[in-house]
Amino acid sequence: MWKFIIRRLLITFPQLVFLSVLVFIMAQMMPGDALTGLIDPTITAEALDLQRERLGLNNPWYIQYADWVSGLVQGDLGQSFRFKMDVTALISERVMNTILLSAVSLIFTYIIAIPLGIVSGRYNDSPLDSVITGYSYLGFATPIFIFALVMLWIFGFQLGWFPTSGSVAPGLESGTMEYYISKLYHALLPGLSIALISVVSTIQYLRSEIVDTKQKDFIVTARAKGASENRVYNKHIFRNSILPIAAFFGWEITSLISGTVFVESVFSYPGMGLLFLESIMQRDFSVVTSLVLLFGAASILGALLSDIILSIVDPRIRIK
Amino acid sequence: MTNELLKIKNLTTSFRIGDEYYAAVDDVSLTLNKNEVLGIVGESGSGKSALAFSIMRLHTRAKIEGEISLNNRNIVEMSKSKLNKIRGDEMAMIFQDPLTALNPLMPIGRQIEETLFLHNKRLGQQGRKKRVIELINLVGIPRAERVYEQFPHELSGGMRQRIIIAIAIANDPELLIADEPTTALDVTIQAQILDLIRELKEKIHAGIILITHDLGVVAEMADRVAVMYAGQIVEIATVERLFENPLHPYTRSLLNSVPTEGQDRLHVIQGVVPSLKNLPRTGCRFAERIPWVDASYHEENPTLHEVESGHFVRCTCHKHFYFLDKKEEQENVVS
Repeated sequence: MWKFIIRRLLITFPQLVFLSVLVFIMAQMMPGDALTGLIDPTITAEALDLQRERLGLNNPWYIQYADWVSGLVQGDLGQSFRFKMDVTALISERVMNTILLSAVSLIFTYIIAIPLGIVSGRYNDSPLDSVITGYSYLGFATPIFIFALVMLWIFGFQLGWFPTSGSVAPGLESGTMEYYISKLYHALLPGLSIALISVVSTIQYLRSEIVDTKQKDFIVTARAKGASENRVYNKHIFRNSILPIAAFFGWEITSLISGTVFVESVFSYPGMGLLFLESIMQRDFSVVTSLVLLFGAASILGALLSDIILSIVDPRIRIK
Repeated sequence: MTNELLKIKNLTTSFRIGDEYYAAVDDVSLTLNKNEVLGIVGESGSGKSALAFSIMRLHTRAKIEGEISLNNRNIVEMSKSKLNKIRGDEMAMIFQDPLTALNPLMPIGRQIEETLFLHNKRLGQQGRKKRVIELINLVGIPRAERVYEQFPHELSGGMRQRIIIAIAIANDPELLIADEPTTALDVTIQAQILDLIRELKEKIHAGIILITHDLGVVAEMADRVAVMYAGQIVEIATVERLFENPLHPYTRSLLNSVPTEGQDRLHVIQGVVPSLKNLPRTGCRFAERIPWVDASYHEENPTLHEVESGHFVRCTCHKHFYFLDKKEEQENVVS
């Protein structure tokens, strides 16, 4: 298994390098440079050229790329022109929020999806299964931003159970217990909204896997050993049925980190998705570039995570 | 008989197709004595495996009627929990396809251990492991310690079949059902697995039901043979008598289909086994495949007749059955 994980890690590096090149090229293709927008119009062209020379903007692309990458690995992502602060500082604040939101919705997703999927698969074609499958179709058909609005309206405004915006209550000091609880509290409703919609694919995956697995020959073998129905389900069917969900796990994380845009804007939740959307609107390119890079890296790492989880769960993968 | 281990009486196993039930095993009665090997032969679709699965009650959606008594307890009416105490302990089964019959995610050792764990609570963890290693050795796999940790995909088909056998014999079953144990294996491995079963037969003293469509295997291993066709037993006799004096047209056709030296053309039985849905439920079920035997020779409701001690044949048509010679047969195929 370790051999597999190390080999899988080695593949990840070229992927990350390729991603950085791609992002760099896209950034280069954008019109203008750092000195075309930010600068006082009275400054002469000669002075600009001098500055370009000093900042290395006249260097060939590979030296510029090397400069950029070396800044990158030191955590220097440039400056946001909108916020007038380092992109690193700007993003790191948002990253934590998005990770928290993703984690909350992921936990809700699995808490809801696994029992429902098991019930639906074990008692397939029963009335209970029909109800769960009906919910799944409803979930597939409901756009998340509409659903999030409805949730916000009911639980945020009408019932007042949850805060309606922000990621933390104002006036709390960072680092205290109340601060963290407030953070979690703010993430609950958006997290639940995402989970209630995104569970449906997990439920259906699990259901169809269980329906499939319970007809396999080794299930008959287990029954022939005298294993009870519960044991057959818990020890044999379940583990064989979660493989695709384990494979899906990394991907799910990726899609959550980059895909919470709508929910974040509905709940005015200061995460990366919202930042990304606003930065595009305001042409804050250094932030956009950094976020694209981050999302790309997240999906590469998500795929890595998926493979590692799968190699732990499925012994057949370790050998190849 | 006091020696009786298994008694099946009027067993009918039906499956639902659409809104109706169709019997795959139709009114089968037979007995198996302790230490006896009963061979069950027949074409694919004749109901052999359905019979085996009925005895183990492994069908998930089938209607089982009649009586299956193991040591005088009726399995058909047994509760699930009681059944689970017997399955894997008093009766066990060897499956057809070793490539799919093992859990791909569970180490070999744990799969054998599971059946010990379920039936032999007194054995501790150490005791179970010791017994598993013993079993792996018993079924002829070297380096048992290593195999214990391995996963199914790391073993060959023949090895996996040995593991399945090890699972089946783990608790010294009194009844062992082998459902075409060699069908999925290649010929050299088949011989090895049969040798192993024969060897174990001496060691574990179980009554064995050996299901196969290989008459050679039956001739070598079985004490008695039941021939099944379209869900019914058409002939049952001791292995010697069946091979010396086969009576039912189906049995004779089967035996005739085994290639022998000097034969230039293989005998083929006309037609196919009728599907469950299209099976005629009255009259001799084999009549369709021997159209040259006059219809009046068949019984209206064919029953088993004892033609000699312990030798039963269904229907009276056997008295009038003859093989068409080749020329006629060819004409028959054309027409």
